[in-house]
Amino acid sequence: MKKTLLTVAGLFAATAAHADGHANTLTVYAPDYFGSEWGPGPSIEAAFEERCGCDLVYQTGDLLPRLLLEGEATEADVAIGFNSDVSKRARESGLFSPHGLDLSPLTLPLEWTDDTFLPFNYGHTAFIYDNTKLDGFDSFEALLDAPDDVRIVIQDPRSSISGLALVLWVNAVYGDEAEAAWARMAPKIVTVTQGWSESYGLFTDGEADVVLSYTTSPAYHIIAEEDLTKSAAIFEEGHYFMVETAAKLAGTDNEDLADQFMAFILTEDFQTMIPTTNWSFPAALEEDKWPEGFQELPMPETVLFYSEDEAAALRDTAIEAWRSALSQ
Amino acid sequence: MAQRAVSVIAALFVAGLVVGPVAAVLWRGGGFTALSTADLDALQFTVWQAFWSAAISVGLAVPVARALARRQFWGRGALISIMGAPFILPVVVAVLGLISVFGGRGFLNAVLGPLGLPRLDVYGAHGVILAHVFFNLPLAVRLILQGWLAIPSERFQVAASLGAPVFWLLEWPMLKRIVPGAFAVIFVICLGSFAVALTLGGGPRATTVELAIYQAFKFDFDLSKAASLAVVQLALGLGAGLVALFLARGDMLGAGLDRVVRRWDGSRVMDAMWIGAAALFLLAPLCALVIAGVPGLGDLPGSIWAATGRSVAISLGAVVLTMMLALPLATRAGEAASLLGISVSGLVLGTGLFILLQPYVRPSSVALPVTLLVNVLMSLPFVLRILRTGVEGAKADYGRLGASLGLRGWALWRIAYLPRLRRPMGFSAGLTAALAMGDLGVITLFSRPGQGTLPLAMYELMGRYQMGAAYAAALVLVAVSLALFWVFDRGGRVNADV
Repeated sequence: MKKTLLTVAGLFAATAAHADGHANTLTVYAPDYFGSEWGPGPSIEAAFEERCGCDLVYQTGDLLPRLLLEGEATEADVAIGFNSDVSKRARESGLFSPHGLDLSPLTLPLEWTDDTFLPFNYGHTAFIYDNTKLDGFDSFEALLDAPDDVRIVIQDPRSSISGLALVLWVNAVYGDEAEAAWARMAPKIVTVTQGWSESYGLFTDGEADVVLSYTTSPAYHIIAEEDLTKSAAIFEEGHYFMVETAAKLAGTDNEDLADQFMAFILTEDFQTMIPTTNWSFPAALEEDKWPEGFQELPMPETVLFYSEDEAAALRDTAIEAWRSALSQ
Repeated sequence: MAQRAVSVIAALFVAGLVVGPVAAVLWRGGGFTALSTADLDALQFTVWQAFWSAAISVGLAVPVARALARRQFWGRGALISIMGAPFILPVVVAVLGLISVFGGRGFLNAVLGPLGLPRLDVYGAHGVILAHVFFNLPLAVRLILQGWLAIPSERFQVAASLGAPVFWLLEWPMLKRIVPGAFAVIFVICLGSFAVALTLGGGPRATTVELAIYQAFKFDFDLSKAASLAVVQLALGLGAGLVALFLARGDMLGAGLDRVVRRWDGSRVMDAMWIGAAALFLLAPLCALVIAGVPGLGDLPGSIWAATGRSVAISLGAVVLTMMLALPLATRAGEAASLLGISVSGLVLGTGLFILLQPYVRPSSVALPVTLLVNVLMSLPFVLRILRTGVEGAKADYGRLGASLGLRGWALWRIAYLPRLRRPMGFSAGLTAALAMGDLGVITLFSRPGQGTLPLAMYELMGRYQMGAAYAAALVLVAVSLALFWVFDRGGRVNADV
């Protein structure tokens, strides 16, 4: 019994020993996936530490709730991993300050002028299917017209950021007819999951033919598994744009390092690490520098996007259209 | 009485650990928020599915436990242990396992189709209940089996020699005492369901209170609403606990000599069918997971073992702390108080602890201790459900004997009570260890990389497209959990006849 208590105490001490706090440390808040061994975090950390001669420490977890709970007292110098559909709340907290960077290196498919939230990668919502079993769909209409035995799995807009992007996408394409569009899709929707992982698991396990994911998903299968059978259906109506951003904390006690990190995000070093660690498009890198497998991905011709104010205003209506049609 | 004081302190400690954080979230959120119509719909569905999930789990567990109690066969112990696995599976993985058996493209439909039988559609309210029964039937079986094994074998001998009706004389009084508590515990777990209900419920019709809390917290940062819903959860949990306590009155059956129960009643064929059906239902999805997990074992990164080590340390710590709290709490009031811990959303509990601790300590430095503490809270109700009958029985049967021998305090426990509690203690310690292995707890607000537990590593792998490795990690998780469970459970049964 004593031994176990000692082990527990030891764990406590070991984690406490990690405590930083000296001037040469940059604390970056990031979502779990970002900081994990399998995410972009570790290689970005190594590259930045080499540049700055400092120590970069990630604190992972629920990014925005944690920052809002901590308020001014937060230890974060930089926070990375916001999604534009929910960044309004972050901006309104007043916790962040402008990055002051020249945004001309950005290579996003749309204009970006935000002076606080800096994009580091992007993608589009897309339906992924197995091209050996289905012919694919060239429009949203074609998907809605597909026979009802095509099995689709999506994510819940109330618990998942990609699910939220989907209802905004449907809203952008169908407007007032969104609920009717959902009603046409409903018979094909096998189920709705809490997050992306469960949906994708159902797809790879063969329970669903089509899964809501991103235009970049096939790149994972091509590069990591040499599997060419997964494709994103590219719709002529356009695809909803999803961008992830980083921001500098106004209360940082390490302004210099924080600025250096924000500038680092737009560098080629950082951007070339994104595609194969975060499986999304780099935000500031010419296409000819993308890894093979990414360059060949079909890109949507039309990009649909709501600003954070529009997204915040439309959210409840868009979710309600989904809920009401799928509850029938 | 010193013993009474210890009990009261332990109960207050547990209640405070739950109510304190909820109050902190409520305070930060600025008070209560009225619930919307959608919230009330979610509440109604939550209670409805939890009721039926618990009723069916317990209803099926009675014949299965009876069959297991009165039959001896080769591999019985191992079967009982492995059948417990669904209860400790990570939810996401278990759902995928269930779907590979019951899903549209699952094994069952692959068999039904060629036979010309109608296809099975698992998605809907019935799917939610199916999944909850899959998770909780093992727990219900073990709790009720425990009750059966606690009936002294001498009673069965006497009943058999007199030709008396065993069921009404011996089994019914035992069931009356055990079943309401088992029902309450499972009802309360199912109240907190979220991912399972959503995935198998097929969509927004299967919205639960926990989803509303998640949405309020993650998307809206509406702490007031999250806390208001958590208070509703607390009330439901407490209500279920009180009803169960009221119903679970009944007499003890008196002391026996702990011999093997030898039975002369019941149909062998029926018992075999019950055991076979339960084993098939519980083990088929497990087999699907093993098949999915084995190929990925080679792809597991080395860090998985460090994460496993951290999870095992948390798990052992949870066992020690839980046992220390459980013995003084093994009273009716203690059991009711402990139900609070599982009735409230882990998300709200974690947020509350974060609000309370953050002014004083660096949150990341207490990530593991907080995980440990929450795991203790989560396993207490199960542990008490298992232990309380035993403790009360030991006190009633041997308390006077001990007193007449002049035994008091610790000596009374060591000499008279604890040896009688070995089996329930081993079982409950095993359950705690296994539960703590699988629980994500509140680490999401507190954590930082390099400190992840095994379940967290599994979720991260899944989120990075590495489904094969994630299934393999889940397999490791289940294997280690079962091993821990087995070691404790066996330890409790060493030298015992059964």
